[in-house]
Amino acid sequence: MARIIVVTSGKGGVGKTTTSAAISSGLALRGHKTAVIDFDIGLRNLDIVMNCERRVVYDFVNVINGDANLRQALIKDKRVENLYILPASQTRDKDALTVEGVEKVLTDLAADGFEYIICDSPAGIEHGAFMALYFADTAIVVANPEVSSVRDSDRILGILQSKSRRAENGERVEECLLLTRYNPERVAKGEMLAVADVEEILATKLLGVIPESETVLKASNQGVPVIHDATSTAGQAYTDAVARLLGDDVEHRFINMEHKGLFKRLFRRSA
Amino acid sequence: MDSKSQNAELPFASTAQFRLKAGLFPLTQLDISHYERDAFTEQLAQKAAEAPAFFQHTPVVLNFDTFEGTLTPPLGEICGLCREHGLMPAALRSGDDAILTQATDLALAIMPAGKTKVSEVASTAPPAPDPAPAKEEAPSPEPLPSAGPTKVVNTPIRSGQQVYAAGGDLIVLSSVSAGAEVLADGNIHVYGALRGRALAGVRGDTSARIFCQSLEAELVSIAGNFKLDEDMRAEHWKAPRQIHLDEQTLVIQPLS
Ligand SMILES: Nc1ncnc2c1ncn2[C@@H]1O[C@H](COP(=O)(O)OP(=O)(O)O)[C@@H](O)[C@H]1O
Ligand SMILES: [Mg+2]
Repeated sequence: MARIIVVTSGKGGVGKTTTSAAISSGLALRGHKTAVIDFDIGLRNLDIVMNCERRVVYDFVNVINGDANLRQALIKDKRVENLYILPASQTRDKDALTVEGVEKVLTDLAADGFEYIICDSPAGIEHGAFMALYFADTAIVVANPEVSSVRDSDRILGILQSKSRRAENGERVEECLLLTRYNPERVAKGEMLAVADVEEILATKLLGVIPESETVLKASNQGVPVIHDATSTAGQAYTDAVARLLGDDVEHRFINMEHKGLFKRLFRRSA
Repeated sequence: MDSKSQNAELPFASTAQFRLKAGLFPLTQLDISHYERDAFTEQLAQKAAEAPAFFQHTPVVLNFDTFEGTLTPPLGEICGLCREHGLMPAALRSGDDAILTQATDLALAIMPAGKTKVSEVASTAPPAPDPAPAKEEAPSPEPLPSAGPTKVVNTPIRSGQQVYAAGGDLIVLSSVSAGAEVLADGNIHVYGALRGRALAGVRGDTSARIFCQSLEAELVSIAGNFKLDEDMRAEHWKAPRQIHLDEQTLVIQPLS
């Protein structure tokens, strides 16, 4: 049985696509056959973050409409074995996604031996976001440490537990929170919410805290998911999050401000 | 269907089609003192934004007894605006013949003008009408009080969600998020933080209470009497509290 994981948030620009690329790459790096689907029809960018935009021939909507089969549309990642990308259509509109069509794609992927299917959700709470979350077993809710983003995540959690197929069957979607673009210095100044505040408001399990890092933008411009950059704090934090998703017990890092002690300063100077 | 009655010689015979029963419904009265289209619309919209739960097809009596305008107000237009904002004008009271004629044309029921029990209660109530319970379940027509089943919710109630305990109490074991709304015909207990809206006694039970471990609510209301967060921030914020109604005034007290 494939585990279907939606990466969702309500709000746009919080790091869903960055997270989808990192988590799917991380799962594949750990040896799991993984597919990542871009549900952001009309605004596709997962293919850019994963550097395969020039290899897109057929897309998700083509498969749903029967213009192409899954094998033709799936793009094999060049960096990691076991990782496949199903890109969004740039030209269609969101209504091209139907419950039956999405279900068929997911079932076919599972039948093909995929262990993890990551669904990169568009922003908002409308049709596209709903399609991305409807079949989820697990939801990674991405939030930034600010009030409006946390509120939108709360809203999405409510929709997940009431409108998804699991909810319709009286089951719960496993939910976890990924706090991204976290900046301990700004938290200390009171400009951002602290991890504990967000955890308290959302009352849900914390999958990880991804620090704000310049390496993320650089990574997406180069089309290399940041999880491949072992020197980046964001990359390390994503590796930890993948481990937790797989059930490992890993302590949270990058939550507190670094203390630039003497040793570190000396070290810097000589480096 | 009873086939015998269909074949009976007298088609209009026996089977009772209805029963007349006395009902006692809490009805909200909208006292209209002035009417200027834009200002009226704006105030309706503002009230609806403050307390959306009150504005969900809530039946109202339009009261012109205290109308101070000099021109006869356009009743059709007023009814239209009310409906747009979730109020359903059901009846009208006024001593003015021109208004009454319009009401008859619009098929509104006419309520007796002047002092009645209803007017006394409603006129001292706060401007917002009694809340109508939300769409979820149609409340039974029987009025207060509530001794029905208790509804228990184990999971957090998230922004955008609404939970209504019809005919009884609501117990929330987790928290109620900002942007969420909980309603009960009876009491409301929240064992986490209450950050959204809580409306107890929505069908008029003035003895209903609200209990919460941390009061951070956007709005609390008992039998239509409400307080907004700004009225609670100074003293009661983030503390365990209980709220009850004393002569149409909400009283907030420590829970201990
Ligand atoms: N941890 C991070 N540190 C710095 N920038 C980030 C981080 N995560 C995401 N970003 C940047 O935020 C922007 C939005 O990210 P994206 O993943 O496209 O969000 P979404 O898919 O939710 O709209 C991008 O420019 C991305 O590079
Ligand atoms: Mg995106």
